[in-house]
Amino acid sequence: MKIPYYPGCTLHERARDFDDSARECAMALGVELEELPVWTCCGAVYPLVTDSVMDILAGVRNLSYASRLGDKVVTLCSFCYNVLKRCNNVMRDDAEKREKVNLFLRADTESREKIESYTLEDYEGQLEVLHYIEMLRDVVGYDKVASAVTKRLEGLKVAPYYGCMLLRPKKEMKFDDPEQPTIFENLLEVLGCDVVDFPMKTECCGGFQVVNDEELAVSCSQNIVVSALKREADIIVTTCPLCRYNLDRHQERMAERVDGFTSVPVIYFTQLLGVALGIDKEHLDFTDNSVDPINVLAEKSLL
Amino acid sequence: MGERIGVFVCHCGTNIAGVVDVKRVAEELADYPGVAYSTDYTYMCSDPGQNLVKDAIKKHKLTGVIVAACSPTLHEATFRRAGTAAGMNQYQVEIANIREQCSWVHRDNKEAATEKAIRTIKIMVEKARLDEALDPISVPMTPRALVVGGGIAGIQAALDIANAGHEVVLVEKSASIGGHMAQLSETFPTLDCSQCIMTPKMVEVAQHPKVKLMTYSEVDDVSGYVGNFKVRIRKKAAYVNRDVCTGCGLCIEKCPATTPSEFDEQLADRKAIYTPFPQAVPNKPVLDAEHCTYFLKDGKCGICAKVCPLDCIDYEQKDEFIDFEVGAIVVATGYDLYPIENLGEYGGGKYPDVVTSLQFERMLSASGPTGGEILRPSDGEVPKEVVFLTCCGSRDTESHLPYCSKICCMYLTKHAMLYKHNVHEGQAYVFYMDVRTGGKGYEEFYTRAAEEDDVLYIRGKVSKIFEEDGKVMVWGVDTLSGKKIEIAADMAVLGLATIPNQSAAKLANMLKIHADEWGFLSEAHPKLRPVESLTPGFYLAGSAQGPKDIPESVAQASAAASKVAALFAETEYHREPIIAVIDEDTCAGCRVCVSVCPYDAAEFDDEKKVARIKEAICEGCGVCIAACPSGSAQQKNLTDEQLYKMVSAALEV
Amino acid sequence: MKLRLTADMLVDEVLERVETLSGQKLRACYQCGRCSAGCPVVEEMDIIPSEVIRLLQLGQVDEVLSSKTIWICASCLQCASRCPKGVEFSSICDALRAIVLRTRLATPKIDADGLTRVMMSDAPQMGVVGALRKLNG
Ligand SMILES: Cc1cc2nc3c(=O)[nH]c(=O)nc-3n(C[C@H](O)[C@H](O)[C@H](O)COP(=O)(O)OP(=O)(O)OC[C@H]3O[C@@H](n4cnc5c(N)ncnc54)[C@H](O)[C@@H]3O)c2cc1C
Ligand code: SF4
Ligand code: SF4
Ligand code: SF4
Ligand code: SF4
Ligand code: SF4
Ligand code: SF4
Repeated sequence: MKIPYYPGCTLHERARDFDDSARECAMALGVELEELPVWTCCGAVYPLVTDSVMDILAGVRNLSYASRLGDKVVTLCSFCYNVLKRCNNVMRDDAEKREKVNLFLRADTESREKIESYTLEDYEGQLEVLHYIEMLRDVVGYDKVASAVTKRLEGLKVAPYYGCMLLRPKKEMKFDDPEQPTIFENLLEVLGCDVVDFPMKTECCGGFQVVNDEELAVSCSQNIVVSALKREADIIVTTCPLCRYNLDRHQERMAERVDGFTSVPVIYFTQLLGVALGIDKEHLDFTDNSVDPINVLAEKSLL
Repeated sequence: MGERIGVFVCHCGTNIAGVVDVKRVAEELADYPGVAYSTDYTYMCSDPGQNLVKDAIKKHKLTGVIVAACSPTLHEATFRRAGTAAGMNQYQVEIANIREQCSWVHRDNKEAATEKAIRTIKIMVEKARLDEALDPISVPMTPRALVVGGGIAGIQAALDIANAGHEVVLVEKSASIGGHMAQLSETFPTLDCSQCIMTPKMVEVAQHPKVKLMTYSEVDDVSGYVGNFKVRIRKKAAYVNRDVCTGCGLCIEKCPATTPSEFDEQLADRKAIYTPFPQAVPNKPVLDAEHCTYFLKDGKCGICAKVCPLDCIDYEQKDEFIDFEVGAIVVATGYDLYPIENLGEYGGGKYPDVVTSLQFERMLSASGPTGGEILRPSDGEVPKEVVFLTCCGSRDTESHLPYCSKICCMYLTKHAMLYKHNVHEGQAYVFYMDVRTGGKGYEEFYTRAAEEDDVLYIRGKVSKIFEEDGKVMVWGVDTLSGKKIEIAADMAVLGLATIPNQSAAKLANMLKIHADEWGFLSEAHPKLRPVESLTPGFYLAGSAQGPKDIPESVAQASAAASKVAALFAETEYHREPIIAVIDEDTCAGCRVCVSVCPYDAAEFDDEKKVARIKEAICEGCGVCIAACPSGSAQQKNLTDEQLYKMVSAALEV
Repeated sequence: MKLRLTADMLVDEVLERVETLSGQKLRACYQCGRCSAGCPVVEEMDIIPSEVIRLLQLGQVDEVLSSKTIWICASCLQCASRCPKGVEFSSICDALRAIVLRTRLATPKIDADGLTRVMMSDAPQMGVVGALRKLNG
């Protein structure tokens, strides 16, 4: 089964481990992530001002590419998912903006046709934008995932961190219950983990603010990490490179600020999935972590 | 054309005359065919105004009257009475609405308003031309009332009706009457013990010779109309012969099967055979088959049957159906709390120390699961700091319910106060948006909590509650100081919104009475008819109609009872004769009307092979008239011919 | 502290701009404060979110535009998600930032030095792009 896949810029650069592990897992589950032949950055943050037309163009452009490959598009990074889904909603529901954005798409095609043979079709919001987890649940099926598990992650206490962008705004994302989501937990249960239910799983890690005000991001991330630690999590899993970065990179700083802090590895859920599916750890790429996950996984004889 | 119609154009001070040229209207109508007399006057509804109408009827030998004035809901009755007094049939007096539907809405175009007034009156003249003299329909009255719901409102209504000398059937779905009030500890604003003031009333209603009490029963079917309802009550199988049972309680004591108690809000268990609480009325158990070992494990157990000294247990008992004829129905089905599961930001029920307001009420109750002590459900410790949250699910247009639940500000204040009386060294915090204390002695009660019991009121809505380090962490805010507030409390109490009892919607549907979009029963008029339903014969009492505290529930119940008593004061009931009628000569016997009538008022006469309308039931909705293919079904005084002429007048064709 | 309130203070071009740009009705906010109560970065703000809205309701645009708050918001949408009145403070915040940046009331948040630092950091690309879009316009 082939599914159109939008990786987004971060997964091609600083989150290659996320991209690689996701592709490996998909393969093991009989899904081929078909990367869009042409794509651009989605813009990373969805504009919250109402006069944004140019600002959603990038997102829509990618949707228009994807619509040539199928009726769905899968993505991994929470921010990409948020932007693509909301752009899709606008194109589907807001006739005025749809009209304007499509004018831009046409102009885009005209200006580029001279350079390369390249066209963008008008886009109407017809795609189903899926997060990789939704793909696992709805397209592959958790039962199929379960039967592909070769190494149950028994005894591994995993804290699933959702962050903001998968769940909010709730009316648009419709991803899961914004306050007590379970889709992530259900997946982890399928893998045999002990799921750690921690109250900070939907709180913000500080997001892009880390770029401007690192202290702010450290405080936010610290709340999350400490909360997971208090519930004795062995490992935290995320769906977003920025969350991963914030939760993982600042643990030394957290140790300075919190008495008795012990570090906890933060990995992508696809990496953990890969372990359960028995994928070679070289393909899962555990090299980019500040807090090394290998030890914890080895301790539980999972690697 | 023998009709002589009188037209009376009202100025309504300047309400009408300020916009509509009333003189011109009266003059133009004077020349309209069939109009024998036309005039205008400042206030038609005043005594001189009415006399003007009466005198003209006599003097000009009028056959019909049009009063061009305000909406018929205001003064139709007034002018019909005037007509009757002058010897005219009241159904030949018509109102042309030239105020609400003309002068008030066309203030900025006087010329057009005047034209519209003229045309509106002409329409009514066309109608009046063909109006027949009619008599109100009278139907016999069964002076027995059905009261549905045995909470404080239902009990009060039943008692008042019974004390007025009429029979009452009181139907309660659970094993005992009492409703939520029976669960409460002490009651604001006077802190009297709820059980103590309630039990005497429960006993009184159960023993009243005029009251037939049916607990563990539900309304199964209702047909008929005001004065003549037929109701079928389903007495649910209790698997106990409750007529013989003495309530000795041996069965309960020996029963090995338990399940969380509804009455104790899941804080304690009850047996599979149980009375909901010690003071239950009737104090006789019912057996809950869903949790009974005998039913779950094919006959294994049967202990209760063995121990019962009177052989009351009957595992074969079936639901029983009992029919009654009643003249009026009072609906007092009460309220429920908004489900805690809907408030995920407060844990959605997964934190044991975040409790609902009714759970806290049970803890406060001396007969409750903790014997009146406040103990944390998680570890049984006395909580040192307790946070109370107002508006949980209320006043939220976005995700929950838009309305104010009215009672929670007061009961949370009571909770905070009673907590302090229990745990002297404890601290109570109340997060509020507004403290709503509109009631006698209520503001004083709140002041007492804040000043004497040191309850700290914090103005802001809590965003999130979670558990951390054995504490209940509360993320709130104080908008008065502009600070985010974090409290590591021992317990939190949620003032959950009041919603209608969840079985009420189904009941309302069966009774064909209106409910608002949230399921609260709708009153006939928000100000002037607050205890009646729009459907004749139905009355509303207590929190089934909207969130209410005890004094209000009781007041409304007594008001509903007095309405019922007034209805029963007449031996006959009079209804408007503006209903459907079938022309037997042209009716083809197709029975379309029978199939479409929502009130089952159209019946088929097998002998004559024609349809007929049951006068006492027909509501005059007009469905059969629209459906009848042969045009045999007609509305009295709104016949096709009348409508055609009225439309023609409207279009001036 | 005193505020002399006049009717014309309440009709202001910039206020209208905030409402159209954010798509939010300022008067819809009934000041429950829940946006502030759940905000993860409220500690660092000089004016808490609900107060920002209150000040706008009172026509105090300048005070709000010069606040630190609008640059601290991380656009996590928690305020909007839990607001009982469906008011999205996050969108109001975006609108306020947009007004400041578009009318050049202040220079972009991340200056030339900052930019170099940002480019050199190992933060994920989406974080960098996001910050630049939110804070520099
Ligand atoms: C936590 C809390 C504390 C409170 N404290 C106070 C206080 O201190 N002072 C005060 O004045 N008020 C207080 N109240 C309010 C008080 O509980 C209500 O005003 C009162 O109980 C309303 O009575 P009711 O008869 O209308 O409804 P209910 O008490 O709800 O009774 C309705 C009855 O109808 C029955 N019923 C429902 N549907 C059907 C059906 N289809 N067929 C048959 N029977 C049916 C139910 O089983 C129930 O017995 C408090 C409320 C709460 C939640
Ligand atoms: S049969 Fe047994 S379990 Fe059932 S009610 Fe009787 S004693 Fe209880
Ligand atoms: S043992 Fe028999 S008489 Fe006694 S309470 Fe039970 S059913 Fe009634
Ligand atoms: S009564 Fe008070 S707590 Fe209840 S909804 Fe109204 S304002 Fe909120
Ligand atoms: S629909 Fe008309 S014709 Fe048919 S049975 Fe009824 S009245 Fe007669
Ligand atoms: S949560 Fe909404 S209503 Fe409450 S203060 Fe914030 S914006 Fe206003
Ligand atoms: S969007 Fe901004 S203001 Fe709202 S909760 Fe998040 S950080 Fe706070």
